Amino acid sequence: MAKILEMPKLSPTMEEGVLSAWHKKEGDAIGIDDLLAEVETDKATMEFRSFDKGTLRKLLVTPGATVKLGQAVAILGEPGEDIAALEAALGAAVAPVAAAPLAAPEPVPVHAEVEAPPPTTAARVAPPRVLSKGDFLTRTDREPEYEAPETARGEIHASPAVRKAAREQGIDLAGAVGSGPHGRVILDDLSKISAPLVAKTPVAQTGELRAPKSVALSPMRKTIARRLVESKQTVPHFYLNIDVDAAPLVDLREAINRDLASAGDEKPLKISVNDLIVRGCAIALKRVPECNAQFTAEAILLHERIDISVAVAVPDGLVTPVVRDANQKSVTEIGAEVRELAGRAKGKKLKPEEMQNGTFSISNLGMFGIDSFAAVINPPEGAILAVGQVRDEPVVKDGSIVAGKKLAMTLSCDHRVIDGAVGARFLAELRALLTHPLRLLA
Amino acid sequence: MSRTLRYREALREAMIEEMERDPNVFLMGEEVGHYQGAYKVTEGILEKFGEKRVIDTPIAEGGFAGLGIGAAMVGLRPIVEFMTWNFSAVAFDQILNNAAKVRQMSGGQYTCPIVFRGPNASARQVGSQHSHAMEHFYTHVPGLKVIAPAFAADAKGLMKTAIRDNNPVLVMESETLYNTKGEVPDDQGPIPFGVANVVRTGKDVTIVAYSRMTHVALEAAEKLAKLGVSAEVIDLRTLRPLDEDTIVASVKKTHRCVTVHEGWPYGGVGAEISDRVQRLAFDYLDAPILRVASLDVPMPYNAKLEQQCMPQPERVVDTVLRVVHRG
Repeated sequence: MAKILEMPKLSPTMEEGVLSAWHKKEGDAIGIDDLLAEVETDKATMEFRSFDKGTLRKLLVTPGATVKLGQAVAILGEPGEDIAALEAALGAAVAPVAAAPLAAPEPVPVHAEVEAPPPTTAARVAPPRVLSKGDFLTRTDREPEYEAPETARGEIHASPAVRKAAREQGIDLAGAVGSGPHGRVILDDLSKISAPLVAKTPVAQTGELRAPKSVALSPMRKTIARRLVESKQTVPHFYLNIDVDAAPLVDLREAINRDLASAGDEKPLKISVNDLIVRGCAIALKRVPECNAQFTAEAILLHERIDISVAVAVPDGLVTPVVRDANQKSVTEIGAEVRELAGRAKGKKLKPEEMQNGTFSISNLGMFGIDSFAAVINPPEGAILAVGQVRDEPVVKDGSIVAGKKLAMTLSCDHRVIDGAVGARFLAELRALLTHPLRLLA
Repeated sequence: MSRTLRYREALREAMIEEMERDPNVFLMGEEVGHYQGAYKVTEGILEKFGEKRVIDTPIAEGGFAGLGIGAAMVGLRPIVEFMTWNFSAVAFDQILNNAAKVRQMSGGQYTCPIVFRGPNASARQVGSQHSHAMEHFYTHVPGLKVIAPAFAADAKGLMKTAIRDNNPVLVMESETLYNTKGEVPDDQGPIPFGVANVVRTGKDVTIVAYSRMTHVALEAAEKLAKLGVSAEVIDLRTLRPLDEDTIVASVKKTHRCVTVHEGWPYGGVGAEISDRVQRLAFDYLDAPILRVASLDVPMPYNAKLEQQCMPQPERVVDTVLRVVHRG
């Protein structure tokens, strides 16, 4: 008796798979455990083997198609057996998979199962439509579907009653995750979230505790809070550290600045170590594009552009102006652009679009005397490089200890996009560039 | 002082008292007279008032509904019994197009002081065609008033108001409530339409129900109390006009709302209440408004499946737990 073969669960977390190749064709005799097809799951390419024997009567999906768990992929039966009823039950005409070109799938009417299959040979099998989502049967128990944790949407997810209370009491809900469905903030959570911004009535001095000074949240502070909570809560960070010999880099910087000063300009441009690092990262990203990437629920986006966000401290927070197409700019161009952007950033003159859509970030706390630190990824970017100060360190050179210079850097990576080995490759490229800095000028 | 009366006796008393009070009131329907009423609601009324005022009709709802509307238009005050509201489907055109509209379409030259009454919604295993909750169809219509009492005293008081009203009033009774007993004040007078009753106070959730589902909601509230959830139960009594003030005041207190009714969910009374609550108490909601209704299928005859389809206290409890986030 003919039966429908469905996409099996080939890994514990598999929900769908790409049927990458059929190993049998229609009409082939199939034995138990014969290799039917290859399926790319979330983990690896797996073998889809037969649990039954019979004849492969019909292939229902084309190679390359994404197939949900349990979705029909083929019909197995006896030679000559009538499989029209099974085909009809699938809700659409079933044509040989080889009958290319494939037409776009037609929307299947709700009652497709009672309609005769249209007599077309090029129609593709559309997945049978399931009447469970409240589109025909009214279900009062259906819950909303969420694509991502609510904080990842960067929106406040709170009940209307909570919002009203927050408005009235001056409580900021940014970044709050509640105990309701999918992190919704509900009334029960309200007392736990945040103290009022500004107490409505001054708190009476009781006992030894003096009330702290309350500083209202600026819009920038709210944005920082929201985005960094979002990043730390939803992006799995890991950290790679390198400590590079910075002497050649410092020497080159001094040589370039001497040269710029000798040109006779009234206010000669001076480049910084950071400008050289921006340039180094741009080249390294070109060579390791996997680090110039962004995670989305559907796919990893590998950016074609190398737009580097440079964190700039400003009086009440920080901003990240973007150096666009940094790989196509020289060190002096980068230096001039960063100087110009940072100047306007401090005067709060940057336009929003000048601070958005970077593909990689660099944060440098060297000028504040920090040796080494790890930065929080700036979503939706895939990585951020934290740069410390150039330190005077004893280094071993030709077997003896001499005075040298070191520079520590930490790459924070979104593990959904960048694995350890990939991040290491990027840092190896960067180290090679910074320790042979003439390559930055090539 | 009060007496304990069955729901059917309370309805009967209201009709008898109003027939005594106003000689224009008369009763007609299938088996209302000599058979004493299919559900014995009209027992003894024929003997009391005679065949001129208690009229057994043929099995022709469209005909006698129209007859009643005509009588109402010329000054009488008919009480028309449908053996069940399911059979009003064949009289729907009369109710929708004549009873509900004649006053407006005649520019007020005619009024239509008529009462349509009978048992509504599921009984026990009467099959898909005889288990309809018809109030959802009728509350849709401007020009009709729809009431659905849950208790004997309300049945009496609201029936009196219905008979005295100068517009068509549809009284949704319940076969499974007819035998239930309740305290009815000796001097029970007319109860105004559009006033709901808070039949149990609580602070965590407002359950809005009517007719037999009020009893289901109260049973659910009892179970919820054991789970530490304090449920307020509102018995609407009148579906149109709807006492939105009482509902909104309660939801402002509890921040959560669940509606319970028989009949399908799509566009039903629960959906109407959801609109009022989200509109008038939006800032007070801590959870979506959820509805407990009959499942969206024709009622099965099988007794177990029938029970599954109808709202049960357990389903009300489960639904409430979802809005108080303790599911």
